[in-house]
Amino acid sequence: MKIKKQLEQKDNNTKNTRREFLKKGVLAGVGTILAGGIVTSFNATASGKTVNVLGPDGKVKTVAKEHLKDIGKKTEAQLQKAGREGIPNRRWVMVIDLGKCKNDQRCMEACQTHHQLWTSKDGKGDKVQHHINVHELKRNEKSGGFFMPKTCQHCDNPPCTKVCPVDATYKRDDGIVLIDNLRCIGCRFCVAACPYSARVFNWHNPKDEEKYADKKYNVELNVPQKRGTVTKCVFSADRLREGELPYCVSACGNGVFWFGDENEDAVTNGTTKETVRLSKLLKDNAAYTLMPELATRPRVYYLPEKDRIFPFESKKKEGDVNHHA
Amino acid sequence: MSEKKSLNKIVTDLTKPIKNHRWFMLWILFLLSVMGFGLFGWITQLTEGLGSTALTDYISWGLYISGFIFFVATALIGMLISSVLGLLGIKWITPIARIAELIAVGFAMWAGLIIVFDMGRPERLLNVFIHGRLQSPITWDVTVVMTYVTISILLYLLPLIPDMPFLKKTMTDAPKWKQKIYSILSFGWVGSPEQYKIIKRSIKVLAVLIIPVALAIHTVTSWLFAMTPRIGWDSTIFGPYYVTGAFVAGGAAVMIAMYVFSRTYNLKEYITDFHFDKMGKLLVLLMLVYLYFNINEYIVPGYKMKQGDDIHILNLFVGHNAKLFWSVQICGMILPLILFLFKRMRKPLPAMIISIAIVIGAFFKRYIITVPTLEHPAFPADNVPAEYLIYWPNWVEWSITMMAIAGAILIVTILAKLFPIMPIWEVAHEEGITNEEMNEFEV
Repeated sequence: MKIKKQLEQKDNNTKNTRREFLKKGVLAGVGTILAGGIVTSFNATASGKTVNVLGPDGKVKTVAKEHLKDIGKKTEAQLQKAGREGIPNRRWVMVIDLGKCKNDQRCMEACQTHHQLWTSKDGKGDKVQHHINVHELKRNEKSGGFFMPKTCQHCDNPPCTKVCPVDATYKRDDGIVLIDNLRCIGCRFCVAACPYSARVFNWHNPKDEEKYADKKYNVELNVPQKRGTVTKCVFSADRLREGELPYCVSACGNGVFWFGDENEDAVTNGTTKETVRLSKLLKDNAAYTLMPELATRPRVYYLPEKDRIFPFESKKKEGDVNHHA
Repeated sequence: MSEKKSLNKIVTDLTKPIKNHRWFMLWILFLLSVMGFGLFGWITQLTEGLGSTALTDYISWGLYISGFIFFVATALIGMLISSVLGLLGIKWITPIARIAELIAVGFAMWAGLIIVFDMGRPERLLNVFIHGRLQSPITWDVTVVMTYVTISILLYLLPLIPDMPFLKKTMTDAPKWKQKIYSILSFGWVGSPEQYKIIKRSIKVLAVLIIPVALAIHTVTSWLFAMTPRIGWDSTIFGPYYVTGAFVAGGAAVMIAMYVFSRTYNLKEYITDFHFDKMGKLLVLLMLVYLYFNINEYIVPGYKMKQGDDIHILNLFVGHNAKLFWSVQICGMILPLILFLFKRMRKPLPAMIISIAIVIGAFFKRYIITVPTLEHPAFPADNVPAEYLIYWPNWVEWSITMMAIAGAILIVTILAKLFPIMPIWEVAHEEGITNEEMNEFEV
């Protein structure tokens, strides 16, 4: 994706110097693509391992692998530090429009893909993990059913971070509740304390563990997942840092999700990319939060499902119990 | 009681079981094989991850946590018997106080270990000390459990000191390492009035100290649940509810140990029908208080049947946990309570059998407190396999829990083989034997 984007950029902008161009990390390999590297020398070396790179003149050159140097990539320690500090001057907030959800579950799929989570399609289907889940609920016997995407609520008064004995899960200044999989001892007290069942555990080896083996741990992505630790929705903090919307928000095709910054009082719709005033959206649409009686003060708001744009079709069998709405 | 016993007889009677090793090795072998199987279970769990247990994202606490509460609960009896009753000057506890203290040491130590089995990352245990946070109930729990284990060990060791000279004099044919232990643990005891004064005062200080610590350890354990906003755990009486339940479990465990030791160690003259009768009466009192807390815990939400509470209560009363719920409530509390009202049931054998029912009931009561609450999350378990809400521990969890139980019994067994099961000097005091007579004791 990135390489394609930047190649297009090259066509449009031939003024790029070679140095700048390489800095952007454009390296096209035959069969391999390495993003974020810089060539320190073009001489082949003893190891004989070479990589084909696309030079500034548009020609492919072969260079020794040792001469590629990582630039612009944070070390694990830097990632950990940034993950604790959060994104300055932001107060992230999510608004979920229940009238627009038709249970497509594209949000769930995107989330599972990017966060290295087990899905029902993997293996025997006995390992399923969700950072975001879509519930089917009913407010009472007489009212109609509706679908409710549920992420971590990123509470301002989180019951989960309070009980963590090692400060592995914590609340950041930008409103996000994160979990550090390198510190978590796996006691699952936070799982017990969360009233929204938003937290899941890595009971088994993480999915595609080998594939992620050399990846640096990014606390803002919760990847690579670590067995024996808790994982949860992180509001796609890694995406927010790059100025992008969360994975689930972008994946939705029905305009369910609004995401933005409370400080700016603006939220953007993941589907239409329309940006509106947060305060007005909440005020005009009778926004509410989940289980307000617990005073957890969620950062995720819901707009009631009045004026549904899709007909509701239950997927549940008779006798299933809905506990809460 | 019967006629006075001589010091010679007391020393002989109490040191004889330490020398006699019949059946001992076989029993140890049995405990070790149970533990070996548990170790195999733990290795399986370490290699495959906690996924090798029956736990899921919804039922994420199960047998280990239930077991943990059970172990802490059982350990609490040391505080009640040797401390509270001791400070009140109640005499009949003299021959059983050390048994209670042994159970406290053994079970409290394994309570700390069983928590490690529940951890997804046991190798990060030190994080609790490196990154420990004051606001987490787990930090409080770790602190008080360690304090309780320490004070319990001291309360076990201090009253041993005046017994050491007797052991040194009588156990002349014991192996060298054993005699060395006896020497070290006597801490230069000669039986001077000054030493008696110091030891009695030290024991008293510890006995007072352990009361708040013991209350704290089990109250904090209950807070692991009560501090979360979950239906079934979100209760203001969880602290005292747990503490009173703990005394019932521990009292019954002491009763079983009394029976076993009085029979295998041939100490029927010391632990008599009178002691079983007294323990039975004590258990009646403890169970009455516990029953009172049970009524409050279940009838109050059961009367109102608020949304959420109703699902939990109905599940316990008539739902799929009803069989287990009523079994533990009736066989583990109500029936024993009624039976112990009759003098004939407070005789050693029936008292021991009833106590076994109480202990088993106490174990599964902790399961009933832990698991059913998790079976009813506030939001339905959508898009996950149906099994995520159905839990029954598998062999890995059972084997590891059995290892913990066998391990606690192993500690009790070994300590009861190294040192007399009753304080010789205190028993002698009760028989009117003076300190001088004890100091002059020769085989």
